[in-house]
Amino acid sequence: MTDFCQSNSQALIELQGVTKVYGTGQAAMHALRGIDLCISEGEFVAVMGASGSGKSTCMNILGCLDTATAGSYRFKGIEVNRLTRNQRTKLRRFYLGFVFQGFNLLNRTSALENVELPLIYRGASAHERRAQALHALKTVGLEGWESHTPGELSGGQQQRVAIARAIVSRPTVLFADEPTGNLDTARSHEIMDLLTGLNRDQKVTIVMVTHEPDMAAYARRIVRFVDGRVESDEPNVKEA
Amino acid sequence: MLWNTMLLALREIRRNVMRSVLTILGIVIGVAAVIIMVTIGGGATVQVKEQISGMGSNLLMVTPGKRLGPGQSSGNIPFKEADAGAIAREVTSVAAVAPVSSQSAKAVFGNQNWSTQVVGTTNQYLQVTNRSIRSGRQFTDSEIRSGAAVCITGETVVKKLFGSQEVIGEKIRLHGTSTGSSSSTGTTSSKLSCEVIGLLAAKGQSTMGTDQDDLVVIPLATYQRRLAGNQDVGMIQISVEEGIATEKVQQDIVRLLRERRHLSPSDDDNFNVMDLKEIVKMLTGTTQMMTALLSAVAAVSLLVGGIGIMNIMLVSVTERTREIGIRLAIGALESEVLMQFLVEAVVLSSFGGLIGIVLALASSVWLAGVLRVPFVFNGGIVLLAFLFSAAVGVIFGYFPALKAARLDPIEALRHE
Repeated sequence: MTDFCQSNSQALIELQGVTKVYGTGQAAMHALRGIDLCISEGEFVAVMGASGSGKSTCMNILGCLDTATAGSYRFKGIEVNRLTRNQRTKLRRFYLGFVFQGFNLLNRTSALENVELPLIYRGASAHERRAQALHALKTVGLEGWESHTPGELSGGQQQRVAIARAIVSRPTVLFADEPTGNLDTARSHEIMDLLTGLNRDQKVTIVMVTHEPDMAAYARRIVRFVDGRVESDEPNVKEA
Repeated sequence: MLWNTMLLALREIRRNVMRSVLTILGIVIGVAAVIIMVTIGGGATVQVKEQISGMGSNLLMVTPGKRLGPGQSSGNIPFKEADAGAIAREVTSVAAVAPVSSQSAKAVFGNQNWSTQVVGTTNQYLQVTNRSIRSGRQFTDSEIRSGAAVCITGETVVKKLFGSQEVIGEKIRLHGTSTGSSSSTGTTSSKLSCEVIGLLAAKGQSTMGTDQDDLVVIPLATYQRRLAGNQDVGMIQISVEEGIATEKVQQDIVRLLRERRHLSPSDDDNFNVMDLKEIVKMLTGTTQMMTALLSAVAAVSLLVGGIGIMNIMLVSVTERTREIGIRLAIGALESEVLMQFLVEAVVLSSFGGLIGIVLALASSVWLAGVLRVPFVFNGGIVLLAFLFSAAVGVIFGYFPALKAARLDPIEALRHE
């Protein structure tokens, strides 16, 4: 195996020749046509590309929600493609956090309970859950909003709850899929500041999919997808 | 974890109170119906048993005539008092033997009259039929022998003739309506004036709905001489000692009576020995059969209730597809999602079961009062109904839960 991540000894995520094909035969749709990607701990990577470029498919594979058709995906050295569905679930449970474009909070459920959710599956005690969830909400600046349900919160606040939920279990990697897609510019910048802060202060590795250059500018590295291939992969000039 | 899942399920149910209530209605009705049927049926069975054992424990009834059912009685040789004496003397394990003759008669006191049943018998009758004297006394031996004009009356007769007045020592007149089979020309009226010496304790209605307190008891000799005009005995009632098999006694009586009635081995019995236990068995068998049938019908509604739960759970899974996607994405195992929905279904159906039980017990108590049967709490069926309702939740909740657990998180998250 050619170790293309050689230059970086702290490789957290290694994708090698990853392809994803939906359907078979004539109807086969090649979403990914051989992706090589290497992400180290502590990075803040923005994945950009037009819709249909394969960036979301790649995110799903990275997030262990989906499996590659061929190629190798190693997370912390573990070959994810060989794991069972339950093993991948446990990987998500203990190492990964997710922030979605549509927030994906539980309706009619308080912010606190939403944030506690991942901890329930980690088997934390009610006391621990509450303490950690309160802390996470404080981190995203929602102190005092614990008992509000998503319906009572603004879009920006909802996304903050979602971020709190993603970081409450102290994940190694935070995957953000268009986190500012449903927000206005001011709110978007607030969210990006929050993510940048998390990356800087808590050393959370962040992989963010976006198509807005403004948002990608916050990242320290930008990967561009075109037609299922990585077109460019370079450090963010502004930050470099 | 399970506790959390329970809380989660409860929260989910609280969120859709109306829907949840409608969902479990089928279970509530099913459980309630089954328990009510079994409880009332059980009460009826107990009542039948009580009343029959109230007629006398281990009672055997010997009547003249072949065992061909009621109605045919022509040419039967009636018993004599000596037959009863012979049974008492020669058959072992017999506690009491009472020769009994009876006819309907009109009892008159002052300007009141009442149609009742006059029974000519001995003091043993009280023992055989489990009756006791409430006030006054039994017959004396000399009254029995001489055929004195004395009587012991039942509660109903007293009420109809005397009202609330003191009755012991009063005289009532009895007008017989028939004179039995042997005597002369059709219905001749025979009269008897007798002194009330005792009052029977009330026994209430029998299983067949007849009033057991509507009777006047007089000594057999008095009955034969003054009312019937012959020496015949209508039937012999025998009570067998406690703990003795009635079958054995029955055989002994048959043997003795065949001998006394000079039957050759080829002749059929011209009398009939009836065991009250057989009647008990038959009657309780009937009530139990009815109970089982009605319960089975009620159980069908439990099944229907289960289908209702499945229906709502499937709707719930579809409605909450995104939620399931979120849970799966942030680290819920398939088995945990399965458990969540399964527990929800079981909690729902168990709730239905509990409500059904409460409803059933309340209405059973009420119904038992209305139908005048004793309320017999049957813990077994209550537990069974509860477990069954929980099982309905497991069975009908499993498929929707599995459907939820098998969802693809990516698809589920995209679901709107």
